[in-house]
Amino acid sequence: MILDEKRLLMRKLCREFAENEFTDELLDRLEETGEFDWDIFHKMGQYGFCGVKIPKEYGGQGGDSLDYVIMVEEFAKVSPVLSLYANTSNSLGGGPLMICGNEEQKAKYLGDVASGKKIMIFCLTEPGAGSDAGGTITTAKEDGDYFILNGRKTFASGAPIADYACVLAKTDTSLRGSKGISMFIVDMKLPGVNCGKPEHKMGIVGYPTSDVIFEDVRVHKDDMVGKRDKGFGAAMATLDGGRLGIAAQSLGIAEGAYAEALKYAKERKQFGQPIANFQAISFMLADMATEIEAARELIYSTAIKKDAGDPEASKLCAMSKLFASEMCNRVAYKAVQIHGGYGYIKEYKVERFYRDARITSLYEGTSQIQQLVIANTILR
Amino acid sequence: MKYIVCVKQVPDTQGKVAVKEDGTMDRSKMAAIINPDDLNAVEAALTLKDSNPDAKVVVVTMGPPPAAGMLHELLAMGADEAVLVSGREFGGSDTFATSQILAGAISHIGIEADDVIFCGRQAIDGDTAQVGPQIAEKLGIPQISYAADIEQNGNTLKVKRVLEDGYMTIEADTPCLITCIKELNKPRYMTVSGILEFDKKPYSVFDYETLKDEPLIEADTIGLKGSPTNVYKSFSPPQKAPGRMIAANESGVKELAQELAAKHII
Repeated sequence: MILDEKRLLMRKLCREFAENEFTDELLDRLEETGEFDWDIFHKMGQYGFCGVKIPKEYGGQGGDSLDYVIMVEEFAKVSPVLSLYANTSNSLGGGPLMICGNEEQKAKYLGDVASGKKIMIFCLTEPGAGSDAGGTITTAKEDGDYFILNGRKTFASGAPIADYACVLAKTDTSLRGSKGISMFIVDMKLPGVNCGKPEHKMGIVGYPTSDVIFEDVRVHKDDMVGKRDKGFGAAMATLDGGRLGIAAQSLGIAEGAYAEALKYAKERKQFGQPIANFQAISFMLADMATEIEAARELIYSTAIKKDAGDPEASKLCAMSKLFASEMCNRVAYKAVQIHGGYGYIKEYKVERFYRDARITSLYEGTSQIQQLVIANTILR
Repeated sequence: MKYIVCVKQVPDTQGKVAVKEDGTMDRSKMAAIINPDDLNAVEAALTLKDSNPDAKVVVVTMGPPPAAGMLHELLAMGADEAVLVSGREFGGSDTFATSQILAGAISHIGIEADDVIFCGRQAIDGDTAQVGPQIAEKLGIPQISYAADIEQNGNTLKVKRVLEDGYMTIEADTPCLITCIKELNKPRYMTVSGILEFDKKPYSVFDYETLKDEPLIEADTIGLKGSPTNVYKSFSPPQKAPGRMIAANESGVKELAQELAAKHII
């Protein structure tokens, strides 16, 4: 796709920022400690990355989905985990408010989320409700001006560092499945909100994930987002945007792993010559490069169609995530393969890309759920 | 108060140098970047503006129309206004003619008592370091070159200059011109909002028509005709073959001596 001047500048900015600021030292520290790095997060906030897609009138930068995917792609190329830092506020964190929040809620929360002063996360998954998100059993019982939340959310990305969480809870337990679910903004400092122990993950280490437990948490009714009992639809719409972000992250991971493999294939000599001279290696590189180009075109055009209100956008977002996440796993596999034994050693960047790639076909809907979304649309 | 910054788009010297038949560089065949020292100059102006929010940062360049891209980038970094000085009449200018034209353009923008003009020390293509000082001469204002630290107190600037064998700190009153080196600062990035809104900022193109009434702009002081120097030839230096390492031990010394003797060096 031919990008206009602003998009090219956006790419240049994100690329320069990632290449200069995401230092090896920082990336190693994230990997070793697993802890969130506040300095780089605040720097991202200062340059406007946390609010790329949040409208100007609510304190964001007013960019569009294409600006957003370019940012996530460029960041993920250098660090898949740091791409999440600036991603959340623009997708699952700020998304529900942008989609169905009222003016007061947007004014109250979005500005701080866009500038990186506050972190808002999304709590949908429960121990018994993963792909079957409609199986939510966290409840919100009305009590005067308040709702009382009880339940447990799991795999909540960013929970240990969050200021607010957007929580899906059942407000009408008489309705089955995805009906009767509402969405609430919960202040993580409210009495009765507790986080579980951060999970030890295979990849994206440095962006803590944990359970969130709600015990008789009183949330004011003004903090209900969207219509009562209609939260599931809003959550699914939020996930459309989120999926595009994960597709962009997958694309970046693939590009990062491919670049390492390409460099290595030209340097590494076996049988008296660079291994890139062998068809077994060069054809792998050709496939990797081709799949990356295909994913990029799909993701960029989906971003434009989504903003234009294309009725196929939801399906295209699922297709983008399905294709890009599976593609990035294939590319990361080949990148390690090209490195041979060295690719299995932590000193080589492809080892981390390989582990980081694995999450992309799992979170925000597994590949199989994307297939389900796509199949449901084309067979409707 | 204005901070006027002169900038230049230069070929990226990481790539190969393309040369035209007449011996001058073929810029259209080479990737263009903002001259590195000029980025330090822009950062110096933006830093002073951070503590003087009423001040305006105006970036000025002379070059062909594609130089607009560089100006857009500087607006996205935080500059308030951009001026592109561009016209066939200006083509082929050496440092004398270039500084004549830039001084004319700066006069056209207007210099007030509290203004400061910034330039990079030198451009990586010509490496002359002459344009900044020449602009100051032609405008008749003080110049401070090789700035590694700048402090502004009202209409007085205290600047630390880096010399070959030490530092020199001097003061000058505004308006004055400062040339900046890379030790001065670390240029900031563009910002997301800067990129999304650079096209809302004032942007002008000064062609020959715009500037022809400026006293500094005369037919024999600008362009190829106004240039007392001309490029005779430019070329990429031939690549040297990679060196060979000889171990620092007894047999290495022997080997080295044999090699040097064989080449009749010793």
